[in-house]
Amino acid sequence: MRADHGPDRPVAAAPAGRPAGHHPERPSGAAPAGRPVGHRPARSAAEPHRPGRPAAKSPRAAPRWIWALPPVAVLALGFLYPLGLVVQQSFSPDEGGTSVEPSVEPYAEVFASEAFREALSTTVWLAVGATVGCLVLGFVLALVIAFVPFPGGKAVAKFIDVFLSFPSFLITLALLFIYGTVGMANGVWTDVTGAAEGPFHFLTTPWGVLLAEITYFTPFVMRPLLAAFSQLDTAQLEVASSLGAKPARIIRQVILPEALPALAAGGSLVLVMCLNEFGIVLFTGAKGVTTLPMLVYSKAILESDYPAACVVAVVNIAISVGLYSLYRVVSRRVGA
Amino acid sequence: MLVHSRTGKWAARALFLVLFVPLFALPLLVILAASFATNWSGAFPSGPTAGHYTSAVRGESLQALTTSLVTALAASLLALTAGSWAALAAAALKKNGKRVLDALFMLPVAVPSVVVGLAVLVAFSQPPMLLNGTRWIVILAHTVLVTAFAYQSVSAAILRLDPVYEQAAASLGARPSYVLWKVKLPLLLPSLNAAAGLCFALSMGELSATMMLYPPDWMPLPVQIFTATDRGSLFTGSAVAVVLMGTTLLVLLAVSRIRTRASFR
Repeated sequence: MRADHGPDRPVAAAPAGRPAGHHPERPSGAAPAGRPVGHRPARSAAEPHRPGRPAAKSPRAAPRWIWALPPVAVLALGFLYPLGLVVQQSFSPDEGGTSVEPSVEPYAEVFASEAFREALSTTVWLAVGATVGCLVLGFVLALVIAFVPFPGGKAVAKFIDVFLSFPSFLITLALLFIYGTVGMANGVWTDVTGAAEGPFHFLTTPWGVLLAEITYFTPFVMRPLLAAFSQLDTAQLEVASSLGAKPARIIRQVILPEALPALAAGGSLVLVMCLNEFGIVLFTGAKGVTTLPMLVYSKAILESDYPAACVVAVVNIAISVGLYSLYRVVSRRVGA
Repeated sequence: MLVHSRTGKWAARALFLVLFVPLFALPLLVILAASFATNWSGAFPSGPTAGHYTSAVRGESLQALTTSLVTALAASLLALTAGSWAALAAAALKKNGKRVLDALFMLPVAVPSVVVGLAVLVAFSQPPMLLNGTRWIVILAHTVLVTAFAYQSVSAAILRLDPVYEQAAASLGARPSYVLWKVKLPLLLPSLNAAAGLCFALSMGELSATMMLYPPDWMPLPVQIFTATDRGSLFTGSAVAVVLMGTTLLVLLAVSRIRTRASFR
């Protein structure tokens, strides 16, 4: 094959040796006969990615969306239908009473409960706090990896990829050994100062969850940031610094504007994932820390109160899906 | 290069180490150390033993390992099939159709996994499809959760695919099915491999939805780790966690080796 073929050349050339009705990609006879050959290059120029495809209007060829139906049907059965049932059950006060007419009674009940309101506020402030922490920490770490190269930097980037493939609750498990009542940090403290017990008791408070979430989710911010930094033209930094700009000013005026899209995308992804986080909170095992996913679990499994669990689930879905669509819009707009 | 002075460079590296080591490297090292210890009260673990591993690779822990492996394998194969089918179908659609499919298949990422577990539990505890109490409900929930990731990575790979190859094949008279099997899928093979590895790792570590619906005879590794630590046997839990991490890493490594072979094809 000749190397100088443009993307639409082979297609434009193909019909020349064939009868007009025999489009290469389709069994003969499916094409509207007598379609002028000359139209094809024009079509392919307008649609450079799929020039070889038959016209969708052809009467006998199956429309393309037919092929999308099987996976959508599978998704509908395994995911959308169950989700619909959850919404339906959240409106029916009696368990399993699908024939009862819908009412908002379960919602009123759940919204009035102190536990729900506390879980909602805990979830939100934990997620926001963890997101801010991840953004700051991820930005600093990615900055050093990208712009102050050191031996082993590649290995660190690889380590982050591996880190992402581990489940989140391992972090909480590790924190138990590091900051637990008889763990490493308290042990060092008592050894050094001779005190009876160490100062670290935050693990069963929301701060322990916050630390675990920041640790686990920071790599999710670093990955898009490192990708964005690798596309930054280093000549800009050299010019800025040769004109006398200090590192702080270069970061603020050159690097930060370039990194904003990646920060926005990574930050909103982390926000959604923190809102949905369950393993970290479950392993913390603290009675005082209840988030919305934890409330869904305890209502459904521990109390068998399915309507209430469904109400909390619907609220959680609404918040997360709303934020996630915001993330999709943001990341599409900035092209990250 | 951002920092030119020697001291500045070392300061930046020191800052990096101070932040990176305690936050990211230490947790994994600590779990590894704890899995070999019998006691940890003080700065360092004591009483080195390999006993936790002998119990972690036999009895119910071994059963949990095979459970996790079978679940992850089944879920990632199913998710890969559904996800890449949907991604290929979406790529052939017009803009609006693709957007609808994108939204549908990305929804499981946005919905909390606990809620996915609850939804599957509610839907499949009823007469038409009674799966509650069987292993299939766990596999189904894992499939739903990882399909979104398979879809995402395969459709990103399709976007990067050079259309020249399929156009050339089509212009030489290849039918769409032939183009799909002989041109598109082989070109996508590295990304399919990567997606399979991602799905496998996610399914191996999945806890939230599994906690909602695992039957007593189908208990995956993360649940096993939770019950062990909940009982207070943290060291056994760490050993099982190391087994979980090791297995995940081994499978990812194997998958990445296949990937490099596939990209040379």
